[in-house]
Amino acid sequence: MVGTSDEIILQTRGLTKDFKGFTAVSEVDLDVRRGSIHALIGPNGAGKTTCFNLLTKFLIPTRGTITYKGQDITQAKPADIARLGLVRSFQISAVFPHLTVLENVRIALQRKRGDNFDFWTSEAVLSALDAEAERLVEAVGLKDFVRHQAVELSYGRKRALEIATTLALDPEMMLLDEPMAGMGHEDVDRIAELIRRVSANRTILMVEHNLSVVASLSDRITVLARGKVLAEGDYATVSKDPRVIEAYIGAGHG
Amino acid sequence: MAEISIAAPPASPTEAADHAALHRTLFIALAALLVVLPFIPVIGYPFFLMKVLCFALFACAFNLMLGYGGLLSFGHAAYFGFASYVSAYTAKHWGLTPEASILLGTASGAILGLAFGSLAIRRQGIYFAMITLALAQMVYFFSLQTPRFTGGEDGIQAVPRNALLGVLPLSNDTVTYYLVAAIFMAGILLIYRIIHSPFGQVLKAIRDNEARAVSLGYRVNQYKLAVFVLSASLAGLAGATKAVAVQLASLTDVHWSMSGEVVLMTLVGGMGTVFGPIVGAAVIISMQNFLAGLGAWVTIVQGVIFVICVLVFREGIVGVIGKWLKKPL
Repeated sequence: MVGTSDEIILQTRGLTKDFKGFTAVSEVDLDVRRGSIHALIGPNGAGKTTCFNLLTKFLIPTRGTITYKGQDITQAKPADIARLGLVRSFQISAVFPHLTVLENVRIALQRKRGDNFDFWTSEAVLSALDAEAERLVEAVGLKDFVRHQAVELSYGRKRALEIATTLALDPEMMLLDEPMAGMGHEDVDRIAELIRRVSANRTILMVEHNLSVVASLSDRITVLARGKVLAEGDYATVSKDPRVIEAYIGAGHG
Repeated sequence: MAEISIAAPPASPTEAADHAALHRTLFIALAALLVVLPFIPVIGYPFFLMKVLCFALFACAFNLMLGYGGLLSFGHAAYFGFASYVSAYTAKHWGLTPEASILLGTASGAILGLAFGSLAIRRQGIYFAMITLALAQMVYFFSLQTPRFTGGEDGIQAVPRNALLGVLPLSNDTVTYYLVAAIFMAGILLIYRIIHSPFGQVLKAIRDNEARAVSLGYRVNQYKLAVFVLSASLAGLAGATKAVAVQLASLTDVHWSMSGEVVLMTLVGGMGTVFGPIVGAAVIISMQNFLAGLGAWVTIVQGVIFVICVLVFREGIVGVIGKWLKKPL
């Protein structure tokens, strides 16, 4: 837990989302400490992904507040929170399939140029960003694929590319939506290692099904069930909590 | 817009340079071809060539939005046709010089694009297409109901070709053809630059994965609106030029079937390719011209070609050639 401070970087209070009579997320109070790896787990249908989409502003909460670095972002737009340094990944791999690996990462680096609509400039100006893009591509082990179209990559490599693209924004906080979903064994280890590596000086909140990954990576775990917070603490604490065991075993999912 | 196929991307820095060099060669060859075309028998009569070039520019403008922005507009005739009216009206009734009436026509396309675009970009996919179609139909009925401006069913006929810049008389079709060819080249070079600009990169990213572009902090609606206005302006440029070139602006140009025709040209030629829409426009206009003897059957032949295109080579003529050559065209 090196680098974890007591400062709360992301906080929710009474976060609730109703879908036409069905409450997917109910009164969730979440405190994510700066510098920690925080996992959000729970059986299927617990509201993890809804919660995640609320935090990333892809959904608007029915009630409750979300505060990021002391700033109320409850009504902010998705593109705006990215500008504040809160960047998300997606459950289905989110790359730009018809751009090359290099271009994928460069698109994120291009953000530094600001809101620039310079359609009259040659894209040659972007080659200034190539070196940094290549460094990021190399850091996630995709050096050999730098000129390939993203669509040609294997699933695990697409996820690695996605992380490289997210890192290109140098976000203070990363929200990872099931980073291991649908991955083979070697890929899981590789991405887990990658997450651990990039977590230095950053805060990570992730939704994850793979409990061994959660156990080895996270500093803190929040367990959701039926839209509510069931338990919170480190892995040793929550894994022994009888309510958590019941929610997992009793619900018949894992 | 999930089904957008794009030719293979550069695989190395030198290859990317190769492709740029190839495109440069093709542009030079195209320019040379445009210079000699009027001297070639059978197809070389300027009136026909001007029509092809105006529609080719129209299709390229449409392709900028669909092939590179992933936005399917079904109302592009509105910008093309309205600009054509503005250009014809100002030339005939205000006696403006060709460059002034073409500029005014282009500006009217841009303004219309800004107004319609800011409404349409609020929705995606089929809803986006429907909004553009509905707004374009409003332009059609406006044109139908205001004969004092548009000439109603008759259109604006016998549009005068005033002297260019007030000095250079567009005395015959051949001189006018070279003016149209110059406008066309400038238009497609501008489109090529847009595609290969930092803005174009963001555009392709939005086309590929909009949610991801948002999550990287891009305000995608502003980019969509920008490309919408650029595309509408260029469609306006094509329409305004056409009014001067063929000396007619009519309801045909604002009719929804014209919006369909530009989709057809783009798909036949190759969506998301630089040169595809030019080839597509040439094919469709040539068919209409040389098969005119078949009367209403032309439409049926066109339909058959469209079906074959979609079934057999979805990438379009130039898309397929690009695949063979393993180079983006």
